[in-house]
Amino acid sequence: MEPKLNTNQPQVNLSKKEKIKLEREMRHQIITFVVMIFFTALAFMSVASDLIPASFAVPFILILAVIQVILQLYYFMHLKDKDHEWPNAFMLSGIVIIIPMVAALMLLLGVVKY
Amino acid sequence: MSNSQALKKSVLWDWLTTVDHKKIGIMYLVAGAFFFVLGGLEAMIIRAQLMFPELNIVSAQAFNELITMHGTTMIFLAAMPLLFGFMNFIVPLQIGARDVAFPFLNSLGFWLFLFGGILLNLSWFFGGAPDAGWTAYVPLSSAEYAGTGLDYYVLGLQISGAGTLIGGINFLVTIITMRAPGMTMMKMPLFTWSSFVSSALILFAFPALTVGLFLLMFERLFGANYFIVEAGGNVVIWQHLFWIFGHPEVYILILPAFGIFSEVLSTFSKKRLFGYSAMVFATLIIGFLGFMVWAHHMFTVGMGPVANAIFAVATMAIAVPTGIKIFNWLFTLWGGRIKFTTANLFALGFIPSFVLGGVTGVMLATSAANYQFHDTYFVVAHFHYVIIGGVVFGLFAGTFYWWPKIFGYMLNETLGKWFFWLFFIGFHLTFFVQHFLGLMGMPRRVASYLDGQGLNDLNFISTIGAFFMAVAFVILLVNIFVARNDKAVADPWDGRTLEWATPTPVPEYNFAQTPVARELDALWYEKMQGNKKLPVAEPLGEIHMPNGSILPIIMSLGLFIASFGFIYATYWVSVIGLGLTLGCMVVRSVKEDHGYHIPVEEIKQDKEVG
Ligand code: HEM
Ligand SMILES: [Cu+2]
Repeated sequence: MEPKLNTNQPQVNLSKKEKIKLEREMRHQIITFVVMIFFTALAFMSVASDLIPASFAVPFILILAVIQVILQLYYFMHLKDKDHEWPNAFMLSGIVIIIPMVAALMLLLGVVKY
Repeated sequence: MSNSQALKKSVLWDWLTTVDHKKIGIMYLVAGAFFFVLGGLEAMIIRAQLMFPELNIVSAQAFNELITMHGTTMIFLAAMPLLFGFMNFIVPLQIGARDVAFPFLNSLGFWLFLFGGILLNLSWFFGGAPDAGWTAYVPLSSAEYAGTGLDYYVLGLQISGAGTLIGGINFLVTIITMRAPGMTMMKMPLFTWSSFVSSALILFAFPALTVGLFLLMFERLFGANYFIVEAGGNVVIWQHLFWIFGHPEVYILILPAFGIFSEVLSTFSKKRLFGYSAMVFATLIIGFLGFMVWAHHMFTVGMGPVANAIFAVATMAIAVPTGIKIFNWLFTLWGGRIKFTTANLFALGFIPSFVLGGVTGVMLATSAANYQFHDTYFVVAHFHYVIIGGVVFGLFAGTFYWWPKIFGYMLNETLGKWFFWLFFIGFHLTFFVQHFLGLMGMPRRVASYLDGQGLNDLNFISTIGAFFMAVAFVILLVNIFVARNDKAVADPWDGRTLEWATPTPVPEYNFAQTPVARELDALWYEKMQGNKKLPVAEPLGEIHMPNGSILPIIMSLGLFIASFGFIYATYWVSVIGLGLTLGCMVVRSVKEDHGYHIPVEEIKQDKEVG
């Protein structure tokens, strides 16, 4: 059965508890947003400034990227919330399968430089 | 059958536009059976050619095309769609749902598969079929050595692969979100469980094929370079991508078959499946390990002893969960009241046959010994033991088991037993001797062999076995025809799972009221409690149904047309085709379609009749 589309949502009155929850959610989103901007700036800086050698900058940026992906998925795309167990399970299985696979492939094909 | 508003549609239009999981299931079964016959005919020509040394029934080129199309057809266009047919029809019934989660996508998946399959087979008429083996290794499959046939292979598989991916995702969402109240994951029937894991494998494995096919397509059609060594490419990349998909693929095929055997064995032993949770766990482990072993197809490529050893051990590890399953089936039979129906005969025949295939699998996984076995008839024997002894036996068991529910009449048991024994004997005759042919050094994929090499007798026996299987299959077709008046009751086998609680023929909405599943084998539990009916989760009310749609066919047709444009480098055709597909997507997105409701009176009427 296809879900019905709810185009015109009715106005709802929020209880106090829900309001607090929404506010906390808002705060989380803003903090995450600021952190991500900061990380992006860091990434740019590590390349722009000549202080950091490339051998360090590349893995450093990759680590920042991974953290950003996690923040994106968990905070902006709500993976951390209730009722997201299945998406979590599938993302995790995907990662668990992909990591050894890609590692093995890189070794076997001799692609060991990034 | 109730069709309310849809009443005025013609039958043909109804089938072309249907989004009903049962009708789509039947279409998968019919199309899959068609391709099964096609692949079977190709196999017969192959075996005829090899019946005696130095025969020249077909040319070596035609022979290569035949083996390529036989393998590709059997895996992608016969085995998978037939399994998808059963999954489509049975899984929603087993979980007490009214349809799959995305009925429209379900239909799209089917039509994509069908048009992909037709495209692939049209290559026979336009310059010859693909001839690089079902594995299409580069450089054999690159523009330098292979003609347009391979373009048909690449695009045909790409289109039908998209259909498979859509279907797999649909099953995942259906099983996760649409189980009847009370049916927790650990109360799901094993066929549903194995369909679930198999769909997850589709989700993770098919993208590798998609990527590989795209690379090959861009190299062949647009002059890109990934594989050509002189230009800095690497041929082994294709092998990796193909087998990263290919090994999980063999488990995508076998797991649903395992599920069918679990249902059949427990029904016809009148016992609950032994070690249910171990079975579920073993299925998950097999699914996971299936991704870690792809390189066992590449031991002789030159990966080095360390990599070979690692992949050898990982491969052998799969034998452990598989062994767990075998023992659980044996213990299910142990002390049961076993009925030797045709469905059960196939399940019983499967156990020793599959064990044989598993043993040769472990032999092949011994990487040092693999240098001797690789690319010989020993490999051919191995995979036919697991694929016919496992997947095809599973399909036949499922056919006899679910036929009454799907088509409303009982298949004839006497003919069924003839079918089983002829097929079983023919199968072992054909493939058992191929182990020895392989050990004697007969390479696979050769169009002929010389006299006086000691290969004559075994090849002759093998071909005779193949004819046995062909005769057996004709008996099945006869059976389907002659038995058609033997109307089936709703629950002919004294079944255990929810699909047997529906009336036959199954109404469009499956369950007038959504059932509650209180135990594993929900129907059996209620029977044992002395309840005539399943407990229900809702009062009788009108039922919301999705409308049919013609868009899936047009979308698939669009890609089909676009493919011709790519193959013959006439890009305006591609633009028209892709435009058609995209246009349909736009129409689908913009047009609101809320479906319709089946009124209560009609459901009540159905109930009285049924
Ligand atoms: C105990 C489990 C299994 C083991 C250890 C195993 C091992 C292997 C190995 C090592 C090969 C490579 C042989 C070579 O080319 O030298 C192979 C080939 C093959 N196996 Fe299995 N296998 C197992 C189960 C299965 C199952 C369940 C299926 C299918 C349902 C299957 C289908 C195939 C196919 C189709 C090939 C040949 C592919 C080709 O080269 O065209 N195997 N197996
Ligand atoms: Cu394999």
